[in-house]
Amino acid sequence: MTTFADSSLEEQIAQWREYVRRRQALHGPDVEELEGHLRDELVALTQAGLSGDEAFLVAVKRMGNLDALSREFARAHSERLWKQLVIPPDADQQANASYGGMLVVLALAVAAALAVKVPALFGIRLSPDEELPPFYARNASLFVFPLLTVYFVWKRGLGLVNSLWLALPFVAGAVVANFYSFPQGSDTEVLSILHLPIALWMAVGFAYVGGRWFGEGGRMNFVRFSGELAIYYVLIALGGGVLIGFTFIMFEAIGMDPAWFVFCWLLPCGAAGAVIVASWLVEAKQGVIENMAPVLTRLFTPLFTLLLLVFLATMVWTGNPINVERDVLIGFDLLLVLVVGLVLYAASARDPQAPPDFFDRMQLLLVVSALVVDGVALWAIAARISEFGFTPNRVAALGENLILLVNLAWSAWLYARFLRHQGSFSELEQWQVAYLPVYSVWAALVVVIFPPVFGYR
Amino acid sequence: MDMGKDLVAASATPLVLAILAEGDSYGYAIIKRVTELSGGHLQWTDGMLYPVLHRLERQGHVAAKWSASENGRRRKYYRITKEGRAQLKAQRQQWQVVDGTLRGIWMKAITA
Repeated sequence: MTTFADSSLEEQIAQWREYVRRRQALHGPDVEELEGHLRDELVALTQAGLSGDEAFLVAVKRMGNLDALSREFARAHSERLWKQLVIPPDADQQANASYGGMLVVLALAVAAALAVKVPALFGIRLSPDEELPPFYARNASLFVFPLLTVYFVWKRGLGLVNSLWLALPFVAGAVVANFYSFPQGSDTEVLSILHLPIALWMAVGFAYVGGRWFGEGGRMNFVRFSGELAIYYVLIALGGGVLIGFTFIMFEAIGMDPAWFVFCWLLPCGAAGAVIVASWLVEAKQGVIENMAPVLTRLFTPLFTLLLLVFLATMVWTGNPINVERDVLIGFDLLLVLVVGLVLYAASARDPQAPPDFFDRMQLLLVVSALVVDGVALWAIAARISEFGFTPNRVAALGENLILLVNLAWSAWLYARFLRHQGSFSELEQWQVAYLPVYSVWAALVVVIFPPVFGYR
Repeated sequence: MDMGKDLVAASATPLVLAILAEGDSYGYAIIKRVTELSGGHLQWTDGMLYPVLHRLERQGHVAAKWSASENGRRRKYYRITKEGRAQLKAQRQQWQVVDGTLRGIWMKAITA
């Protein structure tokens, strides 16, 4: 290998290489080719009597303007500006590593798909003509989340023995979901179905951060992962929908009814396996593609702020009170979830060091208007809550509303401090990630405590 | 001599193909050969050769292979393909037409 005795020259070459590598249009092998050229040139120039520094200056100058060069490379390889999804940019180096990873992912995805079919062996069958047995809804997260946890345990190199305690929440979840004697279609059963995944997602999170929940950036990365996973899952689901549509069209064309296959196999197995595949995609494309959740946040924060402001203005103008129907509280819960999501994903993509800008003011406006709207709604509901009585649904909805209200109120305070240059943005980020377990703990309470307290109704 | 950018760009393809028709080569040696052939009048910005080579590779006019070089680093060697030779022939005819036309008009200018 031509290495130059002049170590400062080697250093200069290394710096140049790093600088060139940052160009999107130039891939690893191109940089290697150009570096080879630079070295040949340097050898010739130093042999002609130039010193290392002089030779380097001349050689780099002869190489030409890097902007113009990468423009030419981009023109020759236009596809490179479209970031690649599945194949990592340094395909040569990473091919072997990702091949092994791919096998594990594939095995886990197949395992998740088959896990959905295990209950059928014990007589709990899916059928296109009958309603979904509640067993499947109650255990939906238990088919997939444990395997997802295994994936991260493997990916983060945690060691199966050390992570056995991660199985505890899943075992507990399975016991509670299946051994409580819910009457058919009871409120507490529905609550359990809705809250168990939220409670167990925390266990997945522990595996995701490699057991270091309080480690640097761990929790925020998990938030980013969750958002991207949701978006990828929706995309895969759309593709799956098209697949199902074509399955019907084609088989019905030859006089067959594929309903049993679609509803007993394709849909449940695909839905389970897709979670693993989507997780793998999110992991694989980190840094390859722009994160979508923050982009959507930027897009929708102004729109939702506008909606809330116009709503408030209309309410004040017309004097129409909020029509307190039975489930109005759930609607306002969802509104707060959305606003918390917008705050969380705006924070996830923001450089904590950057000074306050227009978008931060917009966020504060969004949070404050959401607080006002929710306050008005709570006021209207509180006035009549005794009239409704305390059903499990209402207590759960009220609890969630309070949890989100506390989060947003404190967020608004921190935003205001930040905008007045009295605090840093990282305080807000800290607050948001510190609050994450609250959601899971509340969900766990709803799953574990509510059914017996409310007599399984 | 300061050559126009467009002319340099247009002549790059036939030049590179013609040099590779002499035998397999790599980027640095191709540039040296261009300088040598033009008596130093044709100076390329070194880096710009590579996008040209990559485009030719993509069009199938040249084939590339990484192999070890005498200094132990791996180096990307280029070889002209059958399509490349056909392309070279076509380009040669086109350049001859341009050359012939210009010659004709300039000879007339001298004799007139």
